Amino acid sequence: MAASGCRGVRSILWKYGSCGKNFCLSRSKTVPQLPVRHICVSSSLWKKNLAAAGPQKFTQEFIDKQVEEFEIGKRHLANMMGEDPETFTQEDIDRSIAYLFPSGLFEKRARPVMKHPEEIFPKQTAIQWDAEGRPFHFLFYTGQQSYYSLLHDVYEKILAMERHQDKMRNKGLLTSETKQILLTGSRWLLKEEIEEYLVENISDHDYMRLIQLMEKLLSMPYCSLEEEFILKFRKQLEVQSSKHEIPALQYDPQGVTFSVADGRRKTAKASITLRDSGSGNITINGRNYLHYFPLLQDREQLMFPLHFVGMLGRFDVEGSVEGSGHSAQAGALRLAISRALLSFVSEGDVEKMRQAGLLTADPRIKERKKPGQEGARKKFTWKKR
Amino acid sequence: MAAGVLSGVRQVFRGPRLVSAVFSCHGQTLSSASAAVKSAPDTAATEKILNFPLTQPDYFHLSELFTMKDLFEARVHLGHKKGCRHRLMGPYLFGSRLDIDIIDLEQTAEHLQRALNFTAHVAYRGGIILFVSRRRQFSQLIETTARECGEYAHTRYWKGGLLTNAPIQYSPGVRLPDLIVFFSTLNNVFQQHVGIRDAAKMNIPTVGIVDSNCNPSLIAYPVPGNDDTPVAMEMYCRLFKMTINRAKDKRRQMELLKGISASV
Repeated sequence: MAASGCRGVRSILWKYGSCGKNFCLSRSKTVPQLPVRHICVSSSLWKKNLAAAGPQKFTQEFIDKQVEEFEIGKRHLANMMGEDPETFTQEDIDRSIAYLFPSGLFEKRARPVMKHPEEIFPKQTAIQWDAEGRPFHFLFYTGQQSYYSLLHDVYEKILAMERHQDKMRNKGLLTSETKQILLTGSRWLLKEEIEEYLVENISDHDYMRLIQLMEKLLSMPYCSLEEEFILKFRKQLEVQSSKHEIPALQYDPQGVTFSVADGRRKTAKASITLRDSGSGNITINGRNYLHYFPLLQDREQLMFPLHFVGMLGRFDVEGSVEGSGHSAQAGALRLAISRALLSFVSEGDVEKMRQAGLLTADPRIKERKKPGQEGARKKFTWKKR
Repeated sequence: MAAGVLSGVRQVFRGPRLVSAVFSCHGQTLSSASAAVKSAPDTAATEKILNFPLTQPDYFHLSELFTMKDLFEARVHLGHKKGCRHRLMGPYLFGSRLDIDIIDLEQTAEHLQRALNFTAHVAYRGGIILFVSRRRQFSQLIETTARECGEYAHTRYWKGGLLTNAPIQYSPGVRLPDLIVFFSTLNNVFQQHVGIRDAAKMNIPTVGIVDSNCNPSLIAYPVPGNDDTPVAMEMYCRLFKMTINRAKDKRRQMELLKGISASV
């Protein structure tokens, strides 16, 4: 028939009346043949709607089976590598997989990986109610149970703190010098991190309300009682002031102290050896700096770090540089000299040099040319018509 | 021949009825006769547990939980100003004094008794009770009350299809509340709470504390009373918690007795 020939349409035979097999069998003798209707339905009804299904859901048994297989596989891997299965850690697994399945792919996430199923399968909420259908959580019917229960708990803590404050006031022990929580160097968790913690989606407004409530908790005098709870929602920031790597002070066979350091600027790479008890000679690539840098500006760049710390005539500078142009080479040498000076200079001077910008590598490089333009910024001639 | 045909027809008609009788017995395999015999006293005892309390007017003795004097001292009789009065609250008001509406406590006591009795019976039969209020001052109190009596609370922003679109809002197969108790029927913009209309749509009975500016029409068990004073709210929370705990304890007691009598 035409219906069966067409791929996207299924025809369903529908007999009206009760469709129980038993009834049909018993009644077939007495009731006449019922008319049959062809109902054609389009493919959208019987094809699986992938978009509406949402993210794939895994059952708890499936996850448990994966965990079991992972543990067994870990032991097999340990045996293969000739190591003890009992003390086989995740780093060992990563090392073994990288050895057994060498991959030249640039994208690290595309390489073969063997991790615990907890890290691979996304965390998802299990069935929220028991056998009788009663939900486990008392705020289930709000729709966002974890978020609202968190708000409830925080407010409960605020009330408890107020009661504690009243008790202290009654005893006459209320002081303003209470232990404060150290908050410097940490920030509140971001909305995405809170969502991960709660395993729920929250809106920006909800996030703002949560942070406001936490700030209110912090504003109370006895907030140190809930320090542990508050710090759960704060993340330590990476240390801003990067420790400058001071190059080690080395000794010549003659007993002269020297230090070696590198510097880069654009594509120029420079390497400097700073020798103590010298007379201020500067040699670059075997030539005197006057010959190598005829331009005064470049020589001033070389001088600047030594002039800044006031040790112009003290050192003998021996450097090698390659790549890029004269200005970039001068900049690279300057950075290398500043870094080499760190081992000869006091702590306070290190901070002064950092603030002067001597220790910061210049990140500027040549901007790429874009298609449809002459250069990086220059556009083709604009014609009105 | 006619008789033979007739008997044949009668046999055919008897067939489907027997078949339907077999299919109508829910799940019980009639292969073991002993199983059928054991199940009969069980269902009889369960039915007795479920039906007997319904025959008594005050099975849980809830009249001893409060008196009219308690209601007066908790300032339940204080309504809003005369200008805020809702037309349909007229019958529940005693009068007005200095422009403030006074709620008739005799009617309140009667309505409260009926509401608490209904709540107790729902809790006794293992129903899900949801406490709803949009008053931010009492949100913490109501949530704590719900947690302490093992029921549920919703004192936050009410999302559109929570009751009417439940399989999609939560998960398919979710069980909706069997009773919704409104501690304040208005939301923050002084309009009727959406939950009242939705519960009526989903055939869920409601108990509601209606103040003099609220509409009591859609609520199954309205309780005219004050919903603004903290003392009054604390009293309501205490009363509901005590009824639910009493009803649940009674049910556990009856189950234990049934267990003892069945083993004996």
